[in-house]
Amino acid sequence: MSRWHVAAWSIGVCLSTPLAFLIFESLQGDSEVFAHLWNTVLWDYVSNTVLLIAGVLVLSCIIALPLGWLAAYCNFPGRRFFEWALMLPLAMPTYIIAYIYTDLLDYAGPIQIKLRDWFGWQSPNDYWFFDIRTLSGAAVMIALVLYPYLYLIFKTALREQSFKLIQASQLMGLSPMQSFFKVSLPMARGAVVAALALISMETMADFATVHYFAVSTLTTAVYDTWLGYYSLTAAAKISGIMLLFLFVSLALERLSRKNSVVHERQASQNDETLYQLTGKRAFLATSYCVLVLFFAFVLPVAVLLGYAFDYYEQAWNSEFFLYAWQSLKIAIWVSVAAVLLSLLVVFHQRIGTHTSKYLPGKFASTGYALPGTVLAIAVLLPLTLLDNKINEWFSETSFEPGLLLSGSIFAMIFAYVVRFYAIAHGAVEASYVRISPSLDMASQSMGKNRMQTLSLVHFPMLRRGILTAALLVFIECMKELPAALLLRPFNYETLATHVFQYVSDEQLELASISALLIVIVGLVPLYIVNRSMEQHSQ
Amino acid sequence: MKRLFAVVFTSLTCTSVVADEAVNIYSFRQPFLIQPILDKFTAQTGIKTNVVFSKKGLIERVKREGKHSRADLVLTSNFSSLIQLEELALTQPINSKQVASNIPAEFRDPQGDWVALTKRVRNVYSSKMRTGELKSLTYEALADAKFKGKICTRSGKHPYNLGLVASMIAHHGEAYTKTWLQGVKENLARKPQGNDRAQVKSVKEGLCDLALGNSYYFGKMLTDDKQKAWAESVHINFPNQTNRGSHLNVSGVVMTKYAKNPDNALKLIEFMTGDEAQNMYASVNMEYPVKPGVKLSPLVASWGSFKEDKLPLSEIAKYRPVALKLIDEVKFDL
Amino acid sequence: MSSLILEKVSYQYQQQAVISDLDLTVAHNEIVCLLGASGCGKTTTLKAIAGLIKPQSGRIAIHGQCVSNKQFFVAPQHRNIGMMFQDYALFPHLSVFQNIAFGLSKLNNSERNTRVAQMIELVRLEGLEKRFPHELSGGQQQRVAIARALAYKPNLLLLDEPFSNIDTQVRFQLINDIRSIIKDQQVSAIFVSHSKDEAFAFADKLAIMHEGKIAQLDSAKTLFQKPKTKAVAEFLGQGIYLDAQRYNGQSVTTQFGDVSSLITLSQSQTSGQIYVRPQHLELINDPQGDVEIVQQRFIGTDYVYHIKVADQQLEVPAPAEQLLDTTKPVSLKIKAHAVNFFS
Repeated sequence: MSRWHVAAWSIGVCLSTPLAFLIFESLQGDSEVFAHLWNTVLWDYVSNTVLLIAGVLVLSCIIALPLGWLAAYCNFPGRRFFEWALMLPLAMPTYIIAYIYTDLLDYAGPIQIKLRDWFGWQSPNDYWFFDIRTLSGAAVMIALVLYPYLYLIFKTALREQSFKLIQASQLMGLSPMQSFFKVSLPMARGAVVAALALISMETMADFATVHYFAVSTLTTAVYDTWLGYYSLTAAAKISGIMLLFLFVSLALERLSRKNSVVHERQASQNDETLYQLTGKRAFLATSYCVLVLFFAFVLPVAVLLGYAFDYYEQAWNSEFFLYAWQSLKIAIWVSVAAVLLSLLVVFHQRIGTHTSKYLPGKFASTGYALPGTVLAIAVLLPLTLLDNKINEWFSETSFEPGLLLSGSIFAMIFAYVVRFYAIAHGAVEASYVRISPSLDMASQSMGKNRMQTLSLVHFPMLRRGILTAALLVFIECMKELPAALLLRPFNYETLATHVFQYVSDEQLELASISALLIVIVGLVPLYIVNRSMEQHSQ
Repeated sequence: MKRLFAVVFTSLTCTSVVADEAVNIYSFRQPFLIQPILDKFTAQTGIKTNVVFSKKGLIERVKREGKHSRADLVLTSNFSSLIQLEELALTQPINSKQVASNIPAEFRDPQGDWVALTKRVRNVYSSKMRTGELKSLTYEALADAKFKGKICTRSGKHPYNLGLVASMIAHHGEAYTKTWLQGVKENLARKPQGNDRAQVKSVKEGLCDLALGNSYYFGKMLTDDKQKAWAESVHINFPNQTNRGSHLNVSGVVMTKYAKNPDNALKLIEFMTGDEAQNMYASVNMEYPVKPGVKLSPLVASWGSFKEDKLPLSEIAKYRPVALKLIDEVKFDL
Repeated sequence: MSSLILEKVSYQYQQQAVISDLDLTVAHNEIVCLLGASGCGKTTTLKAIAGLIKPQSGRIAIHGQCVSNKQFFVAPQHRNIGMMFQDYALFPHLSVFQNIAFGLSKLNNSERNTRVAQMIELVRLEGLEKRFPHELSGGQQQRVAIARALAYKPNLLLLDEPFSNIDTQVRFQLINDIRSIIKDQQVSAIFVSHSKDEAFAFADKLAIMHEGKIAQLDSAKTLFQKPKTKAVAEFLGQGIYLDAQRYNGQSVTTQFGDVSSLITLSQSQTSGQIYVRPQHLELINDPQGDVEIVQQRFIGTDYVYHIKVADQQLEVPAPAEQLLDTTKPVSLKIKAHAVNFFS
């Protein structure tokens, strides 16, 4: 029983306590509400959830796979710029992009009004225009924000594939397109499935967008039962169904990795690209990148800028910088914590021999699929209990600590770490498997203990993975909303909560400057990470 | 040992503990709606206020925090939350002669556990161009086949609509209400979505002719440069004037059971029910004040007086769970 | 008709000439080895032939058909070329069978199965069809790679350092096997290597590459006996340069005495340098000798003497029974061999 063992298991148990409390809650009886839902709307919710996830996954593939391929293998005008610019939509919160597109494309929005003006249409019966507030609309919105996960992971996976395999397939008569489908894609299957699992969990946890689009999914059911029927138990039961989805996707991911255990050599490619695109093809490639970037980032930001300009006086708030600083503070705390914890757990996974070594990581990752507010409640359950215990313990003294954990910023940080641990774990784990085990043996044979091996050998080699992990967690923290709303201490306002009070009243215009700040603050780490990756590759 | 811990913790937490005298508020209402009133209160009394705003989960938070909760007051945006807080025994009676004299009995809990602060009417807006004013409209008539494809509303599960459905059950019983809900669903121009403003906007754009919405949204829209055109395209109608009167919802306040600062909290409640705060609610937020005699905003007054449904809110609140069930059963939102 | 012709092919990468004005002709059913130190442009030449890079100038023709010139470029997938990579580039997600069948998409199912079965039999991998590449030994992987490259009957087979990952014990066995497989399939092949031992064993002809050009293309024997440049001579093995004068058609004079040549010396060159390799040297103890022994090393059957002569160093083997006294002076005797003058 080594220290590492104890540390990894403690992390696993700690980060899964909220969920454990929720499961315990779900076993408390009260099946009446659940039965009612089962008999009425639950299946609609389940099928909507499945359809939404499927839609988002298909769209993400359509958007991200060609982009990843272009960025990894092709040279075309603007490639260097697009390679990192295509990650920008990550910094855009889904609820903002959803709001903006609804505003634009709704029946009462400027585009349809213009169309009606031009063609003299009078009522919705005169013409057909797609309805943005539908399941497919929600899927498009979510895919526009989440595709960068797939893009990023797929691009990296392609880079690691040896060019020679593609060249071999070409020599055997395959066109670049055929070799993409027959060689590149199947070989990157593990990475693609991992990214898709990530995206489906994010989709499942989304509430703001589906709520705004009036699409009832399982998240809606959780909120309805809890806030409408006042039944946390039934809500917890439905969360259980969502967990089932989570486990299925985790299992699929694990399965897809099992089939590709080959330690692929890191190809010693320099900056060479495989295909030099010219003429029509180069034009198409650049246009596709421009198109995606435009709809996922440029247009929403332009609209926000427009709002900010029109509503400058109402939207300006002297406390922005305080909000931004509080957002930043939380995001930094959480990314550092999540990365350190995941490092410990993944390291334990590496040195462990028993198959149970994977369990702490699995446990710790369970918070990812829970919608923010449910997670916030799930975090409150153990924290308030602990707070009460602490107060009891001190009751003999005159000291009354009060809500030490649940009433402070700790609750927020803890909730965020629970929610985003899975992202950090995934990124660190992915870069860990690329370090050859013989390096560990080499380090140990030279008299280094495990801590030294971790800090002298693994840590420098993991630098990129760690940076990516921290970046992704940071950006998610900047955007994360429901947990912040519910768990924050008094007067603690972050950019996201500030934006939300206006979005919830459908007046994003008045919070446009804060919304822009969220995006801008998210861009900084994106830029830093990209720079470090470029330097690394040179 | 424990003393040592006590000392350490005190030194650690003293920075995070909120000043003793301040009133701590959990608010379901957006800060920008209530902040002006709180600022005025602080200016007059020197008592500071601290706010946590969330649309969801605050009741659960108060409940879980138990006796260590730092919240003194909870501000809600509808009567269901008031009554839920009371039912969960998270409140304490508000014993104040001043509040009792400010607020009529029907807008206070009989035990004094909650107090309403503002009233809002569930109105029906009709298109000036296509429908005209509907003076004798009833909520019941919204299920009439003549309105097929002409009605817009937000989600049936939103507290404002839930309250309306609950009041329908209180007046007509479950079976009637279910049929009525089905009828309304049949008449919808589109799947329930958006907020109350969005419904009015859709009427302006010709997507539908009738829209359900709260009164103060209408007032707010008329004072917004961009949204004014939307609001000006509709009439505001007060339903059921020929019989029981229009359905009301209220925003309100409770004092938490373990309030650390009940005295100052009570002062704030008294202030909020007083003339000055009620005036601000009326003029800034375009709501109907609950204190009799407080002047309406001229704009709100221009909509004319109307008959209120006098059924006690606690009576309506009883049917809220059933209302939710019916909405699920007819798949109103799907 | 030649299988492959390269005319004045040049390729620059980042303003640096990697190959320049390179000419090469490969006859039908011939195995040619591109031999050279690393960085001399041999892999780039291979890529240019395959179409994986596009030369900036020059012309390439395969089986009489131009595939690359200034205006015209045939994409690799339309050249029908088989290529075997240094790390074999087997698809890790496909089985042995699927790897071999990969290039056979034009055949129908039964034709494909027959063809794969033939290839598997040819490379003697029966029973391993369902295995994945990582479940095979290095030699087996290599045989899959050659089967895969030959399965679709390519016009030309390219091999990029195919034997560098194979243990020395089995390497020459494999080289023989693969050579006979290629000869059996009657396909021309170009083979890149930096090991002359491999090249001698595998190729019919060797093209020595130096600084982006082909310095000499000949059979192994000719290369040894008549290297055109010093670079070629040096690449094929260590030696020392000695000044020499033509004495007559059969011998030259050097500071170590007369050396008879096994080939007739032309009259056009009367003096210059000759390159003498260790195997043509004999060391003898001689009080007047002016050769210094730096080091003596036992390597089994022979001793190797590290000597210093005329400011040049060389390792010379000598039979163990002729043990030399390293403390005493030594002199050189040059055996009769094919003498080649450099100017």
